[in-house]
Amino acid sequence: MKESTNVNIDPNAQEIPLLQVRDLQITFKTVNGEVNAVRGVSFDLYQGENLAIVGESGSGKSTTATAILDLLAENGRVSGGSALFNGKDLTKLSRKEMEHIRGREIGYVPQDPMSNLNPVWNVGFQVKETIEANTELRGKDAKARVIEVLKEAGLSDAGSRLRQYPNQFSGGMRQRVLIGIGMSARPKLLVADEPTSALDVTVQRRILDHLGTLTREHGTSVMFITHDLGLAAERAEKLVVMYKGQVVEYGDSKEILADPKHPYTKRLVAAAPSLASRRIQSAVESKATAGTVGDAVAVARDQAAVPTEAPLISVDNVTKIYDISQGGFKKTQFKAADNVSFKIAKGKTMAIVGESGSGKSTIAKLFLKLEDISSGTMTFDGRDVGSWPKRELLEFRRRVQPVFQDPYGTLDPMRSIGASIAEPLVTHGIGDTASNRKTVAELLEQVSLPASTANRYPNELSGGQRQRIAIARALALKPEVLVLDEAVSALDVLVQAQVLQLLADLQAELDLTYLFITHDLGVVRMVADDVTVMRQGRVVEAASTDEVFENPKEQYTIDLLEAIPGGKFEFGTSA
Amino acid sequence: MPSNRHIERYVAPIDETPVAGVDAVDTSQKASSVWGDAWKDMRKRWMTWVCFALIVLVLLAVAFPQLYTRTDPDYKSLMDSLEGPTEGHPLGFNKQGQDVFARLIWGARASVIVGLLATVLTSLIGGIVGAIAGYYGGWLDAVVSRIGDIFFAIPSVLGAIVVMTVLPFRNVFSIAITLAIFGWPQVARIMRGAVLTAKNADYVTASIALGVSRGKILLRHVIPNALAPVIVITTVSLGAYIVAEATLSFLGIGLGDSAISWGMDISAAQSTLRVKPELLLWPSAALAVTVLSFLLLGDVVRDALDPKARSRR
Repeated sequence: MKESTNVNIDPNAQEIPLLQVRDLQITFKTVNGEVNAVRGVSFDLYQGENLAIVGESGSGKSTTATAILDLLAENGRVSGGSALFNGKDLTKLSRKEMEHIRGREIGYVPQDPMSNLNPVWNVGFQVKETIEANTELRGKDAKARVIEVLKEAGLSDAGSRLRQYPNQFSGGMRQRVLIGIGMSARPKLLVADEPTSALDVTVQRRILDHLGTLTREHGTSVMFITHDLGLAAERAEKLVVMYKGQVVEYGDSKEILADPKHPYTKRLVAAAPSLASRRIQSAVESKATAGTVGDAVAVARDQAAVPTEAPLISVDNVTKIYDISQGGFKKTQFKAADNVSFKIAKGKTMAIVGESGSGKSTIAKLFLKLEDISSGTMTFDGRDVGSWPKRELLEFRRRVQPVFQDPYGTLDPMRSIGASIAEPLVTHGIGDTASNRKTVAELLEQVSLPASTANRYPNELSGGQRQRIAIARALALKPEVLVLDEAVSALDVLVQAQVLQLLADLQAELDLTYLFITHDLGVVRMVADDVTVMRQGRVVEAASTDEVFENPKEQYTIDLLEAIPGGKFEFGTSA
Repeated sequence: MPSNRHIERYVAPIDETPVAGVDAVDTSQKASSVWGDAWKDMRKRWMTWVCFALIVLVLLAVAFPQLYTRTDPDYKSLMDSLEGPTEGHPLGFNKQGQDVFARLIWGARASVIVGLLATVLTSLIGGIVGAIAGYYGGWLDAVVSRIGDIFFAIPSVLGAIVVMTVLPFRNVFSIAITLAIFGWPQVARIMRGAVLTAKNADYVTASIALGVSRGKILLRHVIPNALAPVIVITTVSLGAYIVAEATLSFLGIGLGDSAISWGMDISAAQSTLRVKPELLLWPSAALAVTVLSFLLLGDVVRDALDPKARSRR
């Protein structure tokens, strides 16, 4: 590339960091007084280097990035410290000076590709707008640059797609456009705030690869803001670990992740799901499989014994077709699930894994009887689910319970936790007020929450706590099967690990069977006995977890496994 | 690579960055429901208390006008026609020789009762219709929404004039019913929208999967979660209905001639506008203050129930 800059300068000269953040403090003014969101963050970033800031939600990682771009919300301000960029303190620049730097010298790739492009303007216009704001190019030259920039970002047919609108682009395409916009003025620094969190793993990999090539060619430094330790290990040389607004560890990323020193980093690294993870074992002695759990080999042997007993759940050639209205009387048919079959033995976990649009959630909805099956059969305990008599629906509902993805939507905000957990008991006419109160307290204890939580409301609890409440509610009727639809996907790694451990304990204790729907192969490795890989409504591969991970047969499965960021990285285990 | 690029590994001192237990429940705060939180938020704002004080003053006038004045608002002494303030008559007399202050106090009753009745009626009709339309959807929704649109298309004051001239009796109830006939579609629309959002929430799906019946889900989960915007529109429209009563009375198709209401006094004050403009001012001011206090209350309630709509403070 003609414009690539040479970053290899005289090694003897003392090089000045491109970005030098020193003791940065950020304060937010809230109704309850001032809150110090970021306290004393310091790091250096040199030209051409990649740095990742990792941390859980609320750790202050995004706040740090927005402060560097001077995009803090109105009630926030930098209350101390400095951020020197090319010798200029970004925290002290006027709005005008900052506008000059933003876009031109510091590019930004926002998190959500779905909402960060303006739907009323075509894509070409939006890229051109940025280019005209940040360079001297106008008219035809600007347009040529738009095409160049988008081609670089990986949209090979950019020329013909300029007049298209964001809704005509997929999520991955939009993210490429945003990367193109971020890189359009050849900035020295690119701030990428969770650039691929909303995307499927295979798309994520392609985008990150491309971003890597592009920034390397132009010598651009990248500051990744991410919650994904694997991504940090794979894409950044330097790592800043943040916790509650403070830096707890800072240094070479591989060094930190292989040998974490701070107790928080240790915990974070230990909880990170990766391909190297092992099935979570419960400390609780299982009734059904007592003695056989212990190591992976035993689990595998357990698998081999499965086919001899009748499966609790059996799905045979299930197809689900949706009629999609095309306006007027036209209708097209869409096969959300196509000839899907699998079996789950009692007390086991079956993971259905796939990217968006693979039909994995459709299978969950069909099995929960929230949708009707188009063809094929699903049996539960030897009885057909599709033709389960209406009168006995309550019995089915008692035995099969769901846990959904969004911890913020799963509980009625108007009702107390106690009322939410007791709802299944009341609905099924089990117990009276006094006995229900006792049951609620027991269930809360089962999900390791204090009994006093019953009087609280969902808005007072964290995402992980809400998800544990949802599990407690699902357990209230002593079901045999839990359908977990992306039940841990929205949680931070530590909380996710805690919930996964809880699920493993409950499974051992209550001999539960799990149908575990997820897009995250790392999580699958940690919880599942068997895996069914789905793509575009079809089953691609189905086998035991160890087999799928160690000896995948289908190319798609191999692609999926390889796309996991930092999948092969050996995380330190000295927790 | 330049030598100073290699950085010293930094590990924060452990006692300066204590690691909390994973995801422990914060038990230091008292439990709080959505309504409790909203009230806590409202309590902190002085505006809430100003509104409450004004509304209490008005409501007292509605319930016990004798607390404010002992003069009969109907008593006419033509000798005093258009006289200025005298001992015991702080605001003087109108053209008919009636005490202005007494009429101001007694006039609150008709205005506020019409406002409250119309609000209750519209919220009930609109709330129920909107909830059913949004929740059950399909043809029911289509029919109900179109009927609502028909009422929307009629300017409410014009419609009310027609209805009021047809109705055989004229009192606060007939006015409230007339206003409700044209007011319910607004509430229904808002309720329908809120119900549509609430019914697709995960907690509703979870309840279906628990085996809870459709009707119970509507009552227990959907309506409570859809109520907030309806409450807001209700407090705001209360003021609007008070104005509507005054409008109808001003036009001479409101309450009967013997009734006392701000609207009628405003209407009567027209003839003496040049001689004594205060006669127009007082009932108008009373009307404005009452309506304003309800509108401001609506604002405060909206801010408390929907923190997103609140401007950054």
